[in-house]
Amino acid sequence: MSVPTATPVSFSGRAERALGDERMRAAIARGTGLMLERRHEAISALANADELRDAASDIRAEALRRLPELLEQWSDNLTAHGGQVHWAGDADEATAIIAEIVNRRGGKVIAKGKSMISEEIHLNAVLEQAGAEVTETDLGEFIQQLAGEPPSHIVAPAMHKDRFEVADLLSADRGAPVSPEIEAEAAYARRRLRQAFLDAGVGITGVNFAVASTGSICLVENEGNGRMCSSLPPTHIALMGLERIVADFGDLDVMLNLLARSATGQALTVYTNIITGPRRTGEIDGPEELHVVVLDGGRSAALGTEFSPALHCIRCGACLNVCPVYRQVGGHAYESVYSGPIGAVLTPLLKPEDPAARELSEASSLCGACTEICPVRIPLHDLLLQLRQRDARGDASRLRRVGFWLWSQAWSRRWIFRAMVLAARAGLPVLRRIRRLPNVGWLGAWHRGRELP
Amino acid sequence: MRVQFFASCLVELLRPDVATAAQRALRAAGHEPEALVGATCCGQPAYNAGYRAEAQRVARRTLRALGDDDRPCVVASGSCATMMSHHWPELFEGTPEEIAARRAAGRTEELTAFMTTAGSDTAPDGGAGHDDQTGGPETSRAGGPAAVIVHDSCHALRELGAGATVRRALADAGHPTRSAEGSERCCGFGGSFSVKLPAVSVAMADEKLDSFVATGCEQVTSCDLSCLLHLQGRARRRGLGLRFDHVATLLGRET
Ligand code: SF4
Repeated sequence: MSVPTATPVSFSGRAERALGDERMRAAIARGTGLMLERRHEAISALANADELRDAASDIRAEALRRLPELLEQWSDNLTAHGGQVHWAGDADEATAIIAEIVNRRGGKVIAKGKSMISEEIHLNAVLEQAGAEVTETDLGEFIQQLAGEPPSHIVAPAMHKDRFEVADLLSADRGAPVSPEIEAEAAYARRRLRQAFLDAGVGITGVNFAVASTGSICLVENEGNGRMCSSLPPTHIALMGLERIVADFGDLDVMLNLLARSATGQALTVYTNIITGPRRTGEIDGPEELHVVVLDGGRSAALGTEFSPALHCIRCGACLNVCPVYRQVGGHAYESVYSGPIGAVLTPLLKPEDPAARELSEASSLCGACTEICPVRIPLHDLLLQLRQRDARGDASRLRRVGFWLWSQAWSRRWIFRAMVLAARAGLPVLRRIRRLPNVGWLGAWHRGRELP
Repeated sequence: MRVQFFASCLVELLRPDVATAAQRALRAAGHEPEALVGATCCGQPAYNAGYRAEAQRVARRTLRALGDDDRPCVVASGSCATMMSHHWPELFEGTPEEIAARRAAGRTEELTAFMTTAGSDTAPDGGAGHDDQTGGPETSRAGGPAAVIVHDSCHALRELGAGATVRRALADAGHPTRSAEGSERCCGFGGSFSVKLPAVSVAMADEKLDSFVATGCEQVTSCDLSCLLHLQGRARRRGLGLRFDHVATLLGRET
């Protein structure tokens, strides 16, 4: 076992550390490669993929334009069906609401499905501190819980681990060996988690979409654990970001058609749960209480700004899979719940006061692969560029600003440019002969891994 | 056709022979290139780092050099051509140069895009790999030049659709082309990215270089000098026997 060292504070530091982890990088290259291949097949199978993506993009933009109205409609409808809606401005409010429900319902044992919002608000830590026992029931999340790590990918939380690492974690949990075969691992997890569902007083899940016209929430998944969490325990708490709304089932149809194809290459996920309220009299299953917690968490501040397309995201993970930077460093280097291109855009928007989040806009070569693949056509690399433009005006970049100002003064004058051309031609042969350039400045950074041009 | 020719700052600084070769290739194809006088740079380095005012200041110099002209402006760089044709109109929006920038954008073309479509209205149909010929890496059947690996630079591929034109221009000149595995993946240059996150940039180059080596070919080309210098710098550090030449150099080789 390696001794944990302090996590570097900068993205570049964390990225360099990640580059040393060959095993993780191999797992990520394999995992993302497979997902991309499947996505390609599933999208190619559509006769009208381009039109569908245009439609999806319009649907998302229109939903955000009508956000207050649609949220109200959705909330009214859900309430009419016996559901309870809670509005949380930030993470603290959200966790307080959830802790209160858990407390009141006496649900010290909690079965949890996959929810990125719960990661965003660090829910497990809060609940555990309050004495609850939380079991992650999505296989990937369960593995991550055993490893004591956050997820590294928004769709496949444990993508960075190979099956041998997974077997080690499961064996430790079991106290007896679990063979490193995917089937054996899944079989053990299934047995282990079944008890968690039966014991749980509260089930917590995420929400993929909320449908305004009916007051429903839609939850897609492949393992059936989401269905268990939302129907078996007497209380179901679902968490969603406030941007997750669609107007009606027609719109939902378009989104679902693209989501699974873009994420895992499936035409549809194995389970598509549509939940409209708790159990009604006469029904044989379903929870007694359904609570939906709607989190703002900085989202509304981005609404109506040039960054509002980032809220169109449906969390398919395709931009992570195709990102050449993510491919090299994996998800943990971003040190954010959301990694890859969408993470680099979203994190600074959700955490505007965090200087470390700002640095993420540099975690891109602006190659545009993310923009090209995004099913809802978010111009991700343009947004990264706009974040850079916004930050270029800030204090933190003063030195760079002076540098670029000087550069622009020089290169807007032909004679200085010519002089620099001549100097470069004379100077480079000399510099090239130096075996070890000091590791300072841009020249040093270049020379660390590359010969000079 | 009479054209203006813009070499790009990087070519002028580091590989002036690329400019000579590009003009030679243009002349051999029956065009009359006239090198831009007084141009420096398209402003891209500052633009991509988020410094708009600085990008504008530099781009204005080149915009003025382009003048009030109707000829196509042929650029020996995919990323500079993208900057000028796709980003200048937005960069100069609301300035007195807005109209001039729009007009310049409209007549700017990357070298191979121009050479394969000049005189016709057909737009390049984009995409990598379409025109690759199959077969071994050795030499073409006629005993002509050895196969060339085409590196797809991101701007050229995604914004200009020049993946196909580089290949077609090479094929027209008798060079068989190959695409390496993962051809559409970025090589890790990315302007300031290459020095802000040098370790990641180099790791991306390594994967690219491995895919080149796996083809068995030795000659690599691209319409972007910046990517090539990054890849070449890394290949030299690793002691790999790959050769890197701008597509203009291959097209404009004296016979
Ligand atoms: S930004 Fe687009 S590609 Fe990335 S996760 Fe969101 S929807 Fe998918």
